[in-house]
Amino acid sequence: MPVSEVRKLISVTSAKKVNAEVFSSTASVAELEMLAKKVRRHIVSMIGKAGSGHPGGSLSAVEIVTALWFKVMRHKPQDPCWPDRDRFILSKGHAAPLLYAVLAECGYFPVEELLTLRQPDSRLQGHPDCTVTPGIEISAGALGQGLSFAVGVSLAGRLDGRGYGVYVLLGDGECDEGQVWEAAMAAAHFKLDNLVAVVDNNGQQIDGWNRDVMNLEPFNEKWAAFGWQVIEVEGHDFSQLLPALDRARLVKGQPTVVIAHTVKGKGVSFMENNPDFHGKAPDTEEVAIALRELQ
Amino acid sequence: MPESAFTRQAYGETLVELGRENPDIVVLDADLSRSTMTKLFAREFPDRFFDCGIAEQNMVSIAAGLAASGKIAFASTFAVFMPGRCFDQIRMSIAQPGLNVKLVASHGGISVGEDGFSHHAIEDLSLIGSLPGFTVIVPADAIETARAVRAAAENYGPFYIRLCRPKTPLVYSKDYRFNLGKAVTLREGGDACVVAIGLMVSAALEAAENLKSSGIECRVLNMPTIKPLDEAAIADAAAKTGAIVVAEEHLEHGGLGSAVARVIARRQPVPVEFIAIKDTYAKSGKPAELLEQYGLTAKDIEQAVRKVVKRKVG
Repeated sequence: MPVSEVRKLISVTSAKKVNAEVFSSTASVAELEMLAKKVRRHIVSMIGKAGSGHPGGSLSAVEIVTALWFKVMRHKPQDPCWPDRDRFILSKGHAAPLLYAVLAECGYFPVEELLTLRQPDSRLQGHPDCTVTPGIEISAGALGQGLSFAVGVSLAGRLDGRGYGVYVLLGDGECDEGQVWEAAMAAAHFKLDNLVAVVDNNGQQIDGWNRDVMNLEPFNEKWAAFGWQVIEVEGHDFSQLLPALDRARLVKGQPTVVIAHTVKGKGVSFMENNPDFHGKAPDTEEVAIALRELQ
Repeated sequence: MPESAFTRQAYGETLVELGRENPDIVVLDADLSRSTMTKLFAREFPDRFFDCGIAEQNMVSIAAGLAASGKIAFASTFAVFMPGRCFDQIRMSIAQPGLNVKLVASHGGISVGEDGFSHHAIEDLSLIGSLPGFTVIVPADAIETARAVRAAAENYGPFYIRLCRPKTPLVYSKDYRFNLGKAVTLREGGDACVVAIGLMVSAALEAAENLKSSGIECRVLNMPTIKPLDEAAIADAAAKTGAIVVAEEHLEHGGLGSAVARVIARRQPVPVEFIAIKDTYAKSGKPAELLEQYGLTAKDIEQAVRKVVKRKVG
């Protein structure tokens, strides 16, 4: 079946689910922290079982993605194509295990499916594939393109008079890509106040610290100079993330970037700030240690 | 001489018609709207036109975002800046997801002329044709352009339509009906068949007419949809005429010729000759001079037909 047909089928299926409910969570900050730990355990287990994958940049953005899907965004797990849903676009596609884990916890598909990551017939491909996985807006994995796609989604939302927000998760290393800045310029030019970029600013990329590989500083000033509202937060602190993400939608006439300071590999001692675990799976023993640390 | 018209003018005018009929039509350009003629749409529907500036990759990904949100997104720039510059964006965000984006590229081939090799799109069909899921169309004239653009809007999925810079002779009359994925037999003949696209179609017709005096009757097949290819029409032409010439304003490598040769090899092996640019970049020059210099004229087609007919067995 051509992929275009698949996409249409998903839409048709969704059209029938008029009674699907908007996701809501009463979780407190303390409960979100427990949930974040659970998501981290999923990530470690999934990548360990698959034998390959990207733990570092998945673990660093756990609080960001959990906050968005559990508290900030309006969405319907039983109706992934609900036209009024807030959109989440994973531009740093290698953090797919994180998104899969959060989608499963929201009820998009069974949690048991997480352990099929990267297997041939799995809906959970190595990088996001929007033709097979519910809740994935666009295929990703080649960096630097998600913000541009999000600009298109934001423009469509405005044309259609829909009030949805568009949230994009970027990696800091990903911001080496020139297209990110083309998109940044366009988003400000088109005054897209329904667009929020969140940068998982973990300071590292595959070859090492950003400052050594390709210096991004002055990072905040770059976004501000491109015409964005800039909000800086500690990216593992829900009590900072949640109000920042709420505030992001209040500004009129300009897009917002939330620069979330994070730690690569967060939560697993031997993965924290260790670029070796950017794209390497933990072995059986390392999985066991990691899971103990994440209890 | 037949009447001539700009394919890109036909594109712009058709966009305006489509825009009036369907509020979901949106159009993007990368600072070339006065050349691609999307400016006609921009003038009438400023809210549904997005000039992305000189940032083609961004434009292509934005088009994907609009399409994923229910729009029929037409994105235009010169052919040389479309599949080449934006290959990964097209692959990731349009082809694999199968989104409803219509990439309409003007200024295909070397008939761009004096701007030189940096503006000659001679690899675009090879690049875009390599992507699973794309429908690829090269209209023969302005009338076919209008029909093809409408067909792109009416059929879900990724499309690439290649137009050209100069006016080209009208091959069709106003009552022409375009059938997506189907070849058009413009002339019957039993000795050989010329399969042509774009501005090579009128050259092929001219060549066939000239060959008549030598006693060679040439079938001329216009192949506006080069992907998916009308394999049955090619196999039939090979079976009935026993000799094929493919004519395109593109590199020999990876264009229509390669696609036709695959079909011939698999279904009906017969001699094939190729009228195309031979593994080189063209220089600056007037379109007609360049077409002559790089072997893309009616006379070149004539010679290729004579050659392929001689190669026929029996």
